Amino acid sequence: MMNQVLFYFFAGLAVLGGVLVVTMRNAVHSAVFLITSLLATAGLYLTLNAEFLFVVQIILYVGGIMVLFIFVIMLVNLDVALHQVQFNRQSWVAGLLSIVLLTELLAALALARSGGPGMQLLPPPAAAAASLEGNTQQIGMLLFQNYVIPFELASILLLVALVGAVVMGKKKI
Amino acid sequence: MIPISHYIVVSLLLFTTGVIGVLTRRNVIIILMSIELILNAVNINLVAFSHYVGNLNGQVFAVFIITDAAAEAAVGLGIIIAFFRNRQTLLADEMDLLRW
Repeated sequence: MMNQVLFYFFAGLAVLGGVLVVTMRNAVHSAVFLITSLLATAGLYLTLNAEFLFVVQIILYVGGIMVLFIFVIMLVNLDVALHQVQFNRQSWVAGLLSIVLLTELLAALALARSGGPGMQLLPPPAAAAASLEGNTQQIGMLLFQNYVIPFELASILLLVALVGAVVMGKKKI
Repeated sequence: MIPISHYIVVSLLLFTTGVIGVLTRRNVIIILMSIELILNAVNINLVAFSHYVGNLNGQVFAVFIITDAAAEAAVGLGIIIAFFRNRQTLLADEMDLLRW
């Protein structure tokens, strides 16, 4: 019961935050609502027993990426930008097509729910066997046993991104 | 117990919101933020399926996606700053240096 209340609260908050990100005129307001949406998503992870991702989401997304976003918004702050048209000319077509896309995806989901031939959604898991290891420990084991090479590749990706960001930040480019 | 379809619906709504943001906004920073929304929607799906299938591989993938989002944001924002220095604009439809 408690789980359901939390789920609907966080889900509503995440979707509301997302809609406000797209509709706000001021980029700083968008960033604040994106933070709301990301924190609500972290709450959703908690309802899924993913404690490690909950913490990573808050530290990395909200604490790292969003601070970067707000820094850049402050650096390129333009008062003129607030008085410009915020949506481009193709926005009516784009919005319409996105609604069509959403309807299509929801229809696919409804089809899967109705249990068509060869289709079926996963049932809720039986009460998971209580494991002595925590979620973080299990993910660490997976990362360093099955996913060592992707893990190292991710660190190379971060190195490349670091160099790229420094080069882009140079005065003369 | 919450059925998995509810998580998928939340993820679809966030995904579509992000797509609308990418396709309709003119401010590049908000376009990047919409991309973060899309990546987040994918993460919700991965974690939900990981929980319902009962193994943690999905959560490991979600960690990789968060890493990717961080790299993308760092480079993307660097490009935005460099572009802003040269052209004094943030509007996506005025970024037409490659247009013939």
